[in-house]
Amino acid sequence: MRRSSLFFLYLGIQTVLLAAAFTHAAYLRGGHASDIAGTAAMVQRLELTDLCLFTEARYTRHPTQADMFAPFQDHPLSLEHFPSGSLLGPRQGRRGP
Amino acid sequence: MRIWIEKQRNVIDFTLSSLARRKGKNIALLLVYTLLVFLLASVMFFTHALRKEASLVLQGAPEIVVQRMAAGRHDLVPGTYMDAIRAIRGASDVHGRLWGYYFDPVMRANYTLMVPQDFSFGEGNIAVGHGISRSRFAYAGDLLSFRRYDGEPMVLTISEVLSPASELVSSDLILISERDFRRLFGMAEGMFTDIVLTVRNAKEVATVAGKVQKLLPDTRPIMKSEILRTYDTIFDWRSGLIVVILSAAVLAFVIFAWDKASGLSAEERKEIGILKAVGWETSDVLLMKFWEGTTVSLSSFLAGVLLAYVHVFFTDVVLFEPVLKGWSTLYPTFKLVPYISAYQVATLFFLTVVPYTVATIIPSWRAATIDPDSVMRS
Amino acid sequence: MIDLKDIRKVFNEGKAHALTAVDGVSLSLEARQVTVFRGPSGSGKTTLLSLVGCMARPTQGRIVLEDREITSLPERFLTEVRRSTFGFIFQQFNLVKGITALENVMLPAYPLGESHASLKRRARELLDLFGILPRESSRSEWLSGGEAQRTAIARALINDPPVIIADEPTAHLDTKLSREFMDIVARLKASRKTVIIAIHDPLVYESPVIDRVVTMRDGRIEAAGP
Repeated sequence: MRRSSLFFLYLGIQTVLLAAAFTHAAYLRGGHASDIAGTAAMVQRLELTDLCLFTEARYTRHPTQADMFAPFQDHPLSLEHFPSGSLLGPRQGRRGP
Repeated sequence: MRIWIEKQRNVIDFTLSSLARRKGKNIALLLVYTLLVFLLASVMFFTHALRKEASLVLQGAPEIVVQRMAAGRHDLVPGTYMDAIRAIRGASDVHGRLWGYYFDPVMRANYTLMVPQDFSFGEGNIAVGHGISRSRFAYAGDLLSFRRYDGEPMVLTISEVLSPASELVSSDLILISERDFRRLFGMAEGMFTDIVLTVRNAKEVATVAGKVQKLLPDTRPIMKSEILRTYDTIFDWRSGLIVVILSAAVLAFVIFAWDKASGLSAEERKEIGILKAVGWETSDVLLMKFWEGTTVSLSSFLAGVLLAYVHVFFTDVVLFEPVLKGWSTLYPTFKLVPYISAYQVATLFFLTVVPYTVATIIPSWRAATIDPDSVMRS
Repeated sequence: MIDLKDIRKVFNEGKAHALTAVDGVSLSLEARQVTVFRGPSGSGKTTLLSLVGCMARPTQGRIVLEDREITSLPERFLTEVRRSTFGFIFQQFNLVKGITALENVMLPAYPLGESHASLKRRARELLDLFGILPRESSRSEWLSGGEAQRTAIARALINDPPVIIADEPTAHLDTKLSREFMDIVARLKASRKTVIIAIHDPLVYESPVIDRVVTMRDGRIEAAGP
């Protein structure tokens, strides 16, 4: 087979797979709508404020509720010692500490 | 049209033959390039899906949360503060929230304990999040024992396990009655973790928050808009590890482009000379260079994006798991709903494919315009 | 067919090491003849050939190809003329390394967008004509001297040009292969092609196939032949 034909075949397959993936994504989104609604309802009922992404430190479990000093809870020069703290930046758009 | 297509195919044939001459190097290049795109696309897909879900799910978060600060730290708030807040015009449904953290030394895990407004299971019972159930193999009917603030044990029965579909917000939650909560943590009656309130008129929220702060100077109001904004910008380029990944990726791309842009080898120059001598025009040579860049970058881009999609939405971001998990022993499953931003994919395409192709073409310009005559005399 | 009028070619003009390779050459080359340019190295043969074949432009003078002046053509048209009129055989053969003999032969026609099947067929016919079809899938680095040269000749013929230009074609060949080359030249002449060769090997310019010998020295024509 010509090299260029192989290349186009490869491109074609990839494109088809990607299209399938995105179609699959759209399909999944539709299917999950009720789950999302259920979770949103739970958030409202329980008055939650954060996603449960990291459970190792208070300020990464509830980043929206954390104050600026939380990472320095031990003493002012205490370096970050939770790995998730290096993933999560400080709260954006805060008006105070 | 047929001629144009045939011409492209011919040029691609030659380009691929030319690349195949240095098979090892080019395969390595392809793999590393794909890996880079995979990494960037994975971060992109993961972040976008998470943000989208957060924005949908946290719509029901409290309008304003009022925290009390003491000596710069988050402290309990007395119930009397609520009276002052109720007096503010526009504030409604003012009540206290009771929640806190419990460290389980057996599992070395942190749980978030919460007292919901409508706890229906009665004293002595709790509802646990699906993540807790998973990690402790605890199901409805099982007993969980806790240590109270004074060291005494406290045993509670699991009445319900929260749905796995809501793990994103409830994985580590334990819903508990108010009395049990206060007994467990030794929190006095009339003290609360924080106060929440609703503001009927959406435009008034900031004003009311300002009034709360003025009225109660040792408090810190947090608005829902701030909550949503935090998750809108989660994992953006400013967060620590993301900066590292992005920098590494940028550096790698710069190295690739540099390798191409720093000029052609003598061998490549000779090849271009021969092409011109046998009748290829300058534009044909540049076309070949275009395909040389595009075959590599396009192939890598498509493969990388596809692999990233599978990685994030089929394997639940398995490769990032060690990083995301950190030291937590309780780890939610990231079964994210695949929200994809076409804009981001397009941006990634332009950032990864175009510069590399350009870096391949530009340095060849000079060589492509040489007089074929020089080949005769070499 | 090809008229050269007062052709001058200076390299590195204006610089200290300026070199006048061709100095005032006027010549008329007939179609369907075999013309040989002979002279010592440095006499300007190669330069003259590259000027005739539109590979470079003269510093001064005019070249007229079948009543069409080509010296002042823009690069794109010049390439077009070169591709359709001339086929080159270089001294070093200059095959592209890393691709097969067949691909090398097809290479000059790639930008023209001819159907792949038909191009391949023509290329294989040419390889067969010169007896190297069995080597069509060999990479060019693995061809022997004679095979490489014949591949180069086949390549020069792929676009069926009326004029073949060869620069020192027998420089890397032994006597037997040189004679074979001259047989090929005879065949080309028989198929009504114009052949122009630059050479300093007496074996070639004393061959009966040659119609005209032009002697050059120091960039000028010493003897313009019959």
